[in-house]
Amino acid sequence: MKITAAQAMAKCLTEEGIKVVFGYPGAAICPFYDALMDTDIRHVLVRHEANAGHEASGYARITGRPAVCIATSGPGAVNLITAIATAYADSVPLICITGQVNRDQIGSDAFQEADITGAAEPFVKHSYLVSDPAQIPRIFKEAFYIAGTGRPGPVLIDVPMDVQREVIEYKYPKSVDIRGYKPTVKGNPYQVKRVYAALKESEKPLICLGGGVFTGGAVPEVLELARRMQIPVITTMMGISAFPSDDELFFGMLGMHGCKTANRAVNDCDTLFLVGARVGDRAVRTPLALEKTTKIIHIDIDPAEIGKNINVDFPLVGDAKQVLTQLLEIAEPCRHDSWFADLTALRTEKQFAEVPEGTVNPKRFIDELSQAMPDDSVICADVGQNQIWTCTDYRFRSGGRFVTSGGMGTMGYSLPAAIGAKLAAPERSVCAICGDGALQMSMMELATAVQHDVNVKLVVMTNTRLGMVRELQTKGYDDRQTAVFLDGSPDFVKLADAYGIPALRVTDEKTMKEAISKLANSDERMLVEVVVDKDFATL
Amino acid sequence: MKHTISVLVENHSGVLSRISGLFSRRGFNIESLAVGPTQDPGISRVTIIADGNDYTVEQIEKQLNKLVEVIKVKTFAAGEFLARELLLVKISAGADKRQEVMTICEIANAKVIDLTVNTMTLEVCDKFEHLKRFEDLIAPYGIIEMVRTGTIAIQKGADVIAAKK
Repeated sequence: MKITAAQAMAKCLTEEGIKVVFGYPGAAICPFYDALMDTDIRHVLVRHEANAGHEASGYARITGRPAVCIATSGPGAVNLITAIATAYADSVPLICITGQVNRDQIGSDAFQEADITGAAEPFVKHSYLVSDPAQIPRIFKEAFYIAGTGRPGPVLIDVPMDVQREVIEYKYPKSVDIRGYKPTVKGNPYQVKRVYAALKESEKPLICLGGGVFTGGAVPEVLELARRMQIPVITTMMGISAFPSDDELFFGMLGMHGCKTANRAVNDCDTLFLVGARVGDRAVRTPLALEKTTKIIHIDIDPAEIGKNINVDFPLVGDAKQVLTQLLEIAEPCRHDSWFADLTALRTEKQFAEVPEGTVNPKRFIDELSQAMPDDSVICADVGQNQIWTCTDYRFRSGGRFVTSGGMGTMGYSLPAAIGAKLAAPERSVCAICGDGALQMSMMELATAVQHDVNVKLVVMTNTRLGMVRELQTKGYDDRQTAVFLDGSPDFVKLADAYGIPALRVTDEKTMKEAISKLANSDERMLVEVVVDKDFATL
Repeated sequence: MKHTISVLVENHSGVLSRISGLFSRRGFNIESLAVGPTQDPGISRVTIIADGNDYTVEQIEKQLNKLVEVIKVKTFAAGEFLARELLLVKISAGADKRQEVMTICEIANAKVIDLTVNTMTLEVCDKFEHLKRFEDLIAPYGIIEMVRTGTIAIQKGADVIAAKK
C-alpha cells in the first residue's frame, strides 16, 4: 500500500492499539497532524508540551503500555525534555514523536531547529532521527517494543517534515529482531532456588517493593509470596500501593521521608529481598553499612541496577512477575512469628497535631480522604511536602494506585499525570494532590481537563510557601528563608471558577468533611483548596 | 587500573556520541577510544581504554549493554589480547641528527615516512607502553607535532568476539 510517511506514522499508532495521544502542534509536525485526522485516535491538546509528556506518562502508568506524546520541532521538542527525563527516571514507557526541520536544513540553525535526539540522549531508552521515510514502519514497531519491554522507558522518534511528506510502501512488520536488545525475562532457575533457600533459612526476612512491581504487573504474586512465607513488606516511594496498607504484613515506606517502623525493619532484618527497587539515595542512605550486616537479594529486570547502589549476595535478573511466579512454584508456607511480633510492637497509632485556627492538618485530611475514597482510586501526588504527606498518610487498599514523580521529583507532575490516568481509566476515581507551588507550574492544564471533559479531582494544599525548601532553610540554613514565598498567587477557588470548575476551600473540620465527601462520592471535576499552616512540618 | 574494552556496535550515525555521552555523564574516565568498520559492513568495532576499579568496569559494561545499538561488550583479561596503536610524530632534526634518529627508529621498529631539511616525520605501530618509550627517546630532538590513533585490540589465538545472530 502506498501512503505518505505521515499517514504511515498514524497507521502505526493504530496498529499498536493507541486510542489517545497527547500533543501540541507546530509547522514541522503538521503533516502528521493532518494524517491523524483520518484515524480514530483521540488527540488531547495540552497547554504546554511538558504536560503532553506527563499526561502520556500518567496514561502509560495506568495501562502498563507505551503512551504517545507529540510536539513540533525546536521549542516544542525541547519543552518535552522535562517529561522525557521524568519518565526515564521512573521507567515509564513513552513514545515521543517530534517534528524536525527538512533534512537538507538540518545543521543550518533553521527556524525552530533543535537537535532533540542529541539533547534528549541522556534521558531516553533509545531515539531515532528518521532520515529514510521507508523505515517508518520498522522504526515505530521497534520503538514500541523497546519502550514497553525490559525496563520500560521513553523512546523518541524525530521526523523531519519532508520525510513525513514522502510517499512510501507501507507494511507494518509482524515482529522485531534487534540484535543488541534482548531483555532477560525469566529468572535463572538455579538462582531462583538459591534465593528461595536464602529466604527460607532467614529468621528475619523483609521484602522491599519498588516501582518494578507495577511495571512487571507483579502485584498479585507479591501478595501471594508474602502471605505464604509470612514475610513482612515495606515499599519505596515508587512501590507505594503495590501492597495493601491495611494488610498486617505491611510496615510502610522506607527512606529519608519514610516511617520509623519501615526503617527499623531495614536495619533489623537479616535478609532484605528487593523486588524492582533500585536502592536510591533517598530510600537507603547508607547502603555500605547495610550490605555488611544484611544478606541482600535483588530482583531487577535491568542488570545494570543490580550491584549499582548496593552490593548484592543474590542477584536475580528478570521480570518481577515471572521471577516471583518461579519462586511461588517452589515456595512452601513458613512463619516468622517472633520477627513479625517485633515489628508489630514498633507500630504506633497515628496522632494528628492540633493546628492553628483557619487551617487544617494536611496529614489528617489525607488520612480521612483515603478512608472515604473508593478502593480502586488513582492518587497522583506532586513533589514536596504534599507528596510526603500523601506517601505517609494515604492508606491504599487493594486495587488502589499511587502515581508520583519519584526519581526525578518533577514539580507540576500531578495534575497532568492525573489527566492522563483518568483518560486511561475513566471508570476509576482519579485525584491529584499538590501544593500551591506545584500547581502554578502546570495549572494551565485545567483548561485541558475542561476542554476534553476529563473529570479529575484536584486537591491543592496551600501554605503560601515552597514548604519543603522552607523547611530545609529552617533546619539547614539557620532559618534564613529566601525565595520560598508564594505571594501573588491567585485565589485558587476563583481560578477554578474562571475555568468553570466547581471548587471548595477547606479551613476547618466542617469544610473538611464536606470536601472529602464530595471528592469521594461524585465523579465531577473539582478543585479543593486545603489551607495549611505555613510552618507545618513534612514529617 | 587500565582496562581494554571491545564493543561491537551497529554501524549507525550517532552511536559514537551515545557511547561518549554515556562515559561523560556517568563519570567514567576514558583514556582512548578508537572506532572503525569490521568485516561486516553493518557492524563497527570500538576499542575503549578506560581507567577504574572492578566496580567501575562492571558498571561500564552494564551501561554499554543497555544501549540498544551495542551488540556485544568484552573486557579483555590481562595477557588475553594483542594491542596496537599507531603514532605519527614530527620532530625537528636537520642533517646532523638524521643518522642518530634513524638508528633509534631501526631499534624501535619505527619508520621515517617524510623528510624535510629541518624535520623528520616518523611512524611507529606498537603497544601503548612501547609508544611511550619511543616518545621518550625521540623527545630530546624536539617534538613539533604528534598524533595517535588510540589503541585497538584483538584476542590471542582462535577466540573471537562474534555478534549474536
